[in-house]
Amino acid sequence: MRLIYFAWVRERIGKPQEDVELPGDVETVADLLRWLRSRGEEYENALQYPDVIRVAIDQEHVDHRQKLGAAREIALFPPMTGG
Amino acid sequence: MTACEPVVRIQAEDFDLADEVSRLTAGRTDIGAVVTFSGLCRDESGRLAALELEHYPGMAQAEITRIAIEASERWPLQGLAAIHRYGKISPGENIVLVVAASTHRQAAFEAASFVMDFLKSKAPFWKKEHRADGSEGGWVDAKDTDEDALARWKR
Repeated sequence: MRLIYFAWVRERIGKPQEDVELPGDVETVADLLRWLRSRGEEYENALQYPDVIRVAIDQEHVDHRQKLGAAREIALFPPMTGG
Repeated sequence: MTACEPVVRIQAEDFDLADEVSRLTAGRTDIGAVVTFSGLCRDESGRLAALELEHYPGMAQAEITRIAIEASERWPLQGLAAIHRYGKISPGENIVLVVAASTHRQAAFEAASFVMDFLKSKAPFWKKEHRADGSEGGWVDAKDTDEDALARWKR
């Protein structure tokens, strides 16, 4: 599964994207954020306030209760500031 | 009523307001109202040298298209265009454009406002500041008022 990061989430994690194998017990977006935080200081630093993190699965916004299912691309980013 | 097909473009280069309006109105005699909104980069009283706009390429196009289609289904529009730039943008330059064309002004005003409100909070763009004094600029914080603005479109 491909993870993509934007803005300060990308800067804090230190890479724009990566491919990961998720453990079987990671079923929802909230599980994914929890699991990522355990992967190292840079992830903890980026995701320490998970409520702030916005998530898109296959380029559509989802909330943190969403099941990951057969997602190909999951993007994590801060609240958007376009316009 | 057949909904118009919105034009959505995500691009680095600038756009011309008059050209984009002409594109929607050319050859038509049924349009009575055109509302354009353009958002520009401001210098925050001289503090900013530029904004860097990062975006999520595929999703930026997809999300603004979703918003524009919703607007075209909700209001009777003859034309709708939304253009958003990315990359480094200097004070005074254009960032975003929404053009809504309709028979009467109310639909055009409301549709343009709706698209901008959703675009602010839902389109995947992030602004980083380049400061005039050369110091490291930060990411612009999202405003709660932008999220709150969506509530008025609930029905």
